[in-house]
Amino acid sequence: MQKQQQNKAARMVVALAGLSLATLLPLGAHAAEKIKVGLMLPYTGTYAALGTAITNGFKQYVAEQGGTLAGREVEYFVVDDESDPAKATENANKLVKRDEVDVLVGTVHSGVALAMAKVARDTKTLMIIPNAGADELTGPLCAPNIFRSSFSNWQPGYAMGKVAAEKGHKTAVTLTWKYAAGEEATNGFAKAFEAGGGKVVKQLTLPFPNVEFQALLTEIASLKPEAVYVFFAGGGAVKFVKDYDAAGLKKSIPLYSSGFLTDGTLEAMGGAGEGLLTALHYADGLEVPKDKAFRTAYAMTYKMQPDVYAVQGYDAAQMLKSGLDAVKGGKLDQAAIIKAIGSATVDSPRGAFTLSSAHNPIQDIYLRKAEGKDNKLVGVAVKKLADPARGCRM
Amino acid sequence: MDFTTFLIQILNSLQYGLLLFLVASGLTLVFGIMGIINLAHGSFYMIGAYLAFALTSLTGNLMLSIALGIPLAFVFGALLEWLLFAHLYKRDHLEQVLLTYGLILIFEELRSLAVGDDVHGVDIPALFSASIPLSDTLSYPVYRILISAVCLLLAAGLWWLMQRTKLGMMIRAGSHDRDMVQALGIDINLLYRTVFALGVVLAALAGMLAAPISSVYPGMGSSVLIISFVIVVIGGIGSVWGALVAALLIGFADTFGKVLLPDLAGLAVYVLMAVVLLWRPEGIFKKG
Repeated sequence: MQKQQQNKAARMVVALAGLSLATLLPLGAHAAEKIKVGLMLPYTGTYAALGTAITNGFKQYVAEQGGTLAGREVEYFVVDDESDPAKATENANKLVKRDEVDVLVGTVHSGVALAMAKVARDTKTLMIIPNAGADELTGPLCAPNIFRSSFSNWQPGYAMGKVAAEKGHKTAVTLTWKYAAGEEATNGFAKAFEAGGGKVVKQLTLPFPNVEFQALLTEIASLKPEAVYVFFAGGGAVKFVKDYDAAGLKKSIPLYSSGFLTDGTLEAMGGAGEGLLTALHYADGLEVPKDKAFRTAYAMTYKMQPDVYAVQGYDAAQMLKSGLDAVKGGKLDQAAIIKAIGSATVDSPRGAFTLSSAHNPIQDIYLRKAEGKDNKLVGVAVKKLADPARGCRM
Repeated sequence: MDFTTFLIQILNSLQYGLLLFLVASGLTLVFGIMGIINLAHGSFYMIGAYLAFALTSLTGNLMLSIALGIPLAFVFGALLEWLLFAHLYKRDHLEQVLLTYGLILIFEELRSLAVGDDVHGVDIPALFSASIPLSDTLSYPVYRILISAVCLLLAAGLWWLMQRTKLGMMIRAGSHDRDMVQALGIDINLLYRTVFALGVVLAALAGMLAAPISSVYPGMGSSVLIISFVIVVIGGIGSVWGALVAALLIGFADTFGKVLLPDLAGLAVYVLMAVVLLWRPEGIFKKG
């Protein structure tokens, strides 16, 4: 009887010790200020999959760091931006003013990102853009506290133009929706293609999200250029590639594009996408050790393959960590954080990159070829390509 | 632009114009003749396209899906008229706009709930998937010829119905004086229900035919709605013949505008509308 009671008491002591240890541990982490991260991304609508991939990537990096960034506990504030520019300012303000986040992470849609960037500039909130490619964000609208972990629309366009010129094509036609992303990409293409000795004979556009390409395909066929460069994504990309094939043009005129044409759309294209060459800052089959580890870990955690969006989310978290490392558990001194992120080398699955003075990645743009469901690495289109950041003063 | 290109662009213009006519003809019946400002008309086009997508996924055959879709659209249109639109004939335009705008939102939400927000493709039936080569690089798809042929037949049929049949006479009379037509012993409610359902069928059929060439995407109804109103207005409100001419004009303006003035793509249609309305404020053909 007595023995039983002693046993009970011993177990109680052990349990108490365990409990106090458990409470002590987070106390240690509390020594550093928490970091409040505002995730403003699309979780419904057309871009929901992209928003989710970015979030997964971000959280994967935090998990790899043991659930903290530079020893700081991470607290998430999540807002679904619905890819609706009309709600962007209100949503961003909610995160900044009500939740008092230390950093805004977002978003996919360029129009929403532009509104967020305005809030970030006005309130001097640190912001990391994990996708939106609008040139202005790191151009005329650049700011010391705004960073991008993704790309500018100009970058893959420019890289593809260089490749097309190197392949010896003399004439090209470009085609895109009449909206900023498309025009930035096709202008990038034209710039490099003409610098390489080619000539863009016509830049065709059609209103977004119009997918009736027939008149324009007829025009392309009659112009007989040696190459065609397009910027489309999602369902429009699928439709265009199918139509291009059906019009018999795929056999006669090579089609080039930014990687978004074939990212996540190859399956829907059926055979029509096979063999297409595209340029992007990520590819399947990269010989980067970091990428292999990243892909394995991502597949284990989320039971699906990562994509370029997951990489951009992952790198947004890495950039934040390099900023926080600079203030080593002390006060969140924004100037020090900005300086540290700006000079960081980000060990990305896409290959390490640094940031330009306008805070856009200086990164390798890969040339990829569509094979089955993959965008297989063919080579590097341009090494360490920096966006020209026209109009950025800071 | 060489001759073959020019020829194909003419075919493209005709095909696009005729398809627009199909949507606009339904609007001509409902807005032009029955006097209801129906903003939800574009939704019927969208519903048609999604119906084609859903039925083709089930049956694997677009032609069979269209054959099934037409009676479904008719019943849907008749029910909608009975439930909602029948109460609108005597209301003013503001109330019609409010109700039909609400319907757009409801249809979009329902679509989102039922099939999500993805863009879908529908395959062209194998029988019509070939292209006719016209020169070494240029060819014209058979399916587009089929669309043009179907639309032309329907245009002829519609003109015959309105101008040469007793039913058409009653519809036209009803648009001038509902009460008088009713007093003559004609069931005007049944007549209007039929005409409204016919309008829904025309828009839905256009959506079903367009599904393989324009793909199926959220919000596809709204762009078509605006163009349809432009067609009805520049054709002359209520004139089927005018709608046909206006739709063809717009097909040409859009196709050649896209190619010749790519920077102004999308604007050509509105320039055309401005020019026509300056020249004839009541449209090319007045209501007859």
